[in-house]
Amino acid sequence: MFNEMRVNDQVREPYRALVDWMEANGPEVLEQKRLEAETLFRKIGITFAVYGEGGDPERLIPFDLIPRIFTAMEWRKLDRGVKQRARALNAFLYDVYHNGEIIKAGIVPADLVFRNDAFEPAVIGIDPPRNVYSHIVGVDIVRTGPDDFYVLEDNCRTPSGVSYMLENREIMMRMFPDLFRNLRIEPVESYPDMLLKTLKSIAPRKCDREPNIVVLTPGAMNSAYYEHSFLADQMGVELVEGQDLFVHEDRVYMRTTRGPARVDVIYRRIDDAYIDPLCFRSDSVLGIPGLMNVYRSGGVAICSAPGAGVADDKAVYTYVPDMIRFYLGQEPILKNVPTWKCSKPDDLQYVLEHLDELVVKEVHGSGGYGMLVGPASTKAEQAAYAKRIQADPGDFIAQPTLSLSACPTFVESGIAPRHVDFRPFCLVGDDVRLTPGGLTRVALCEGSLVVNSSQGGGVKDTWIMSD
Amino acid sequence: MLSRTADNLFWLSRYVERAENMARLMEMGYRMALMPAAGDGNRSEWESVLSASGCASGYDPDAPLRQEEVANFLIFNRDNQSSIINCFEYARANARAMRTAITADMWEALNNALMELRRPSMHNLAKNELPEFIDWVKKQGALFRGATDSTILRNDGYDFIRLGTFIERADNTARLLDVKYYVLLPETSMVGDGVDNYQWTTVLRAASSLRAFHWVYRDDYSPHRIAHFLILNPFSPRSLAHCAEQITQHLERLARHYGQRHSVHHLAVETYSLLTQSEMDEIFSTGLHEFLSDFQVRNRALSHAIANDYHFGGQ
Repeated sequence: MFNEMRVNDQVREPYRALVDWMEANGPEVLEQKRLEAETLFRKIGITFAVYGEGGDPERLIPFDLIPRIFTAMEWRKLDRGVKQRARALNAFLYDVYHNGEIIKAGIVPADLVFRNDAFEPAVIGIDPPRNVYSHIVGVDIVRTGPDDFYVLEDNCRTPSGVSYMLENREIMMRMFPDLFRNLRIEPVESYPDMLLKTLKSIAPRKCDREPNIVVLTPGAMNSAYYEHSFLADQMGVELVEGQDLFVHEDRVYMRTTRGPARVDVIYRRIDDAYIDPLCFRSDSVLGIPGLMNVYRSGGVAICSAPGAGVADDKAVYTYVPDMIRFYLGQEPILKNVPTWKCSKPDDLQYVLEHLDELVVKEVHGSGGYGMLVGPASTKAEQAAYAKRIQADPGDFIAQPTLSLSACPTFVESGIAPRHVDFRPFCLVGDDVRLTPGGLTRVALCEGSLVVNSSQGGGVKDTWIMSD
Repeated sequence: MLSRTADNLFWLSRYVERAENMARLMEMGYRMALMPAAGDGNRSEWESVLSASGCASGYDPDAPLRQEEVANFLIFNRDNQSSIINCFEYARANARAMRTAITADMWEALNNALMELRRPSMHNLAKNELPEFIDWVKKQGALFRGATDSTILRNDGYDFIRLGTFIERADNTARLLDVKYYVLLPETSMVGDGVDNYQWTTVLRAASSLRAFHWVYRDDYSPHRIAHFLILNPFSPRSLAHCAEQITQHLERLARHYGQRHSVHHLAVETYSLLTQSEMDEIFSTGLHEFLSDFQVRNRALSHAIANDYHFGGQ
């Protein structure tokens, strides 16, 4: 296991100043800071609800005070690799909703795309503004060694977590002002401005003025509601619910105290299935009837574009390196984790024979639910899971259990290494932009590899050192 | 501004004001209970409090009308829509549904109040702890209004918040007076004896206006003056006249800001004129109860008109 802070008892360079500070101040000071930080979080009201678990709907997401640090050199590689991926994924989305060149070329199987639940026939042939579908790409990256980074998955449908990146930094700057003064840590605070710029740049065809932008949320009961309101507030745009919007004569309007006001760009944080009951799920009360008609006729832009989900499917993921070569003519900068597709008979056989050492995931799953972590599972669990796989092999993929890097983290017994991953947020509009930073998630249980906040994972601030 | 946001702001401040008024009502009951009974002696102070709270219909008819039971009903009962804990629950839920429309200071004031109220240790209020609790609630209201006053932008949102506050306050003052006159005093009872005066001053206390009264009138209490102070005196912060004046001003601001006038403006001015042009003698001779009932009807109509004219439905 790669420990990001210490290798063979030597402190790695990016962590030098932090370790000095920790040694100079002692554990009591750190413990006190930790309590302060928790109070701050609760006061601000940053919470994360977990669906279906009952209990407190405004649970605090555990915040770990010890930052995760990258050197400028490490970041340069991540930066180029993430942007490259975001470009290729968008090129792929445009392609599959238009000519399907990558399918004709025999690189990606047609079934995988066209029979995919996330493939949206309703948007075939539509040209979204700037031909961009996924405007915010969250790329989940893990590390296994000093130079080994792997992409675990891509999130093309409005990934969440960016508010933690920003709020974690605010808290850290309050807790450790001297460290921020003395070290050169890249700021992340420009993210909301960059997001606003991106959203403005995708104004729809019919928009003849400064676009009116809104953030569309399912409401205060949603687990990511805090983030929705935070981003709307930071950008200075309205936070709306479906009931606030309506369609009239090929345009979308919101209900205001002055009467209807036209809306041009919708940054939606609700799923495709719910955005328009006339086009998708008719039982949706979250959406806006008629929205898709307006979208089709260029009266409104939707971020992310409907249909973008087909690019972040776990089976499609395996083809992203091929997409990069096909559309960009480049070699992938970031590696994919080797993946067995259970839809292939040979792969299926291998997976079933090696369940105890693999991580098996549902192709369409997310949030860390419904997966099997082989080494951490019992024989009975493996047998039960094998039955599920056999029932519908196409629904599963498997990957080797990677030895994720670990970062020192506050736990009950003191400070101990815990596994981490990393999600930077790449913005795609008139330009491809990436804030130097991201969300580091940490698996708080010893040995655990599941970092999802819905599964008891925590978060850390991520520092990118500048040159 | 989104109609839903305006709706939320309006009701948010109504709920905070309502919680505070509930606390003031209980303060009145607590005080009155320290005095020998008035009138026929069967009427209990806590029955009056319950009736003035406007939520008597939800009270278990078999439950005794004692401080413990009534206070518990008005503070912690989850089935009572207007209980203090529910007022703060709704206020915070409204705030959470439009975090972008309020400031961090306002949010913290509401959030902290609710977190305290939800704490189980809060729920075993000893009989003598009621005054302390009442003070605490009033403080939360003051904190929220103070945070609002010192941090929020003076835009339309501010107007909707203030409209909620004054509509709710006017409703409460009217009900407070109505209860004193209608429930406590049978028509046959003499107005003006010692006990009665004490009760009238208690009404002033419930409106936190005892000292203010002295400053304004520099004279003895009389039902006439006290009613004047709480109804027609524009300098009294809880009087109907002051509430009506504030409501009119904020509606005017909205009309200027939006460049639009609605039926609600007409209604508000009408009520305001009624209060500036009435005389106390006149009101007493036609009947205080009738006057207050009429005012409450007008006030409710005003609240509906605000919702209609600014495109948010009733709640």
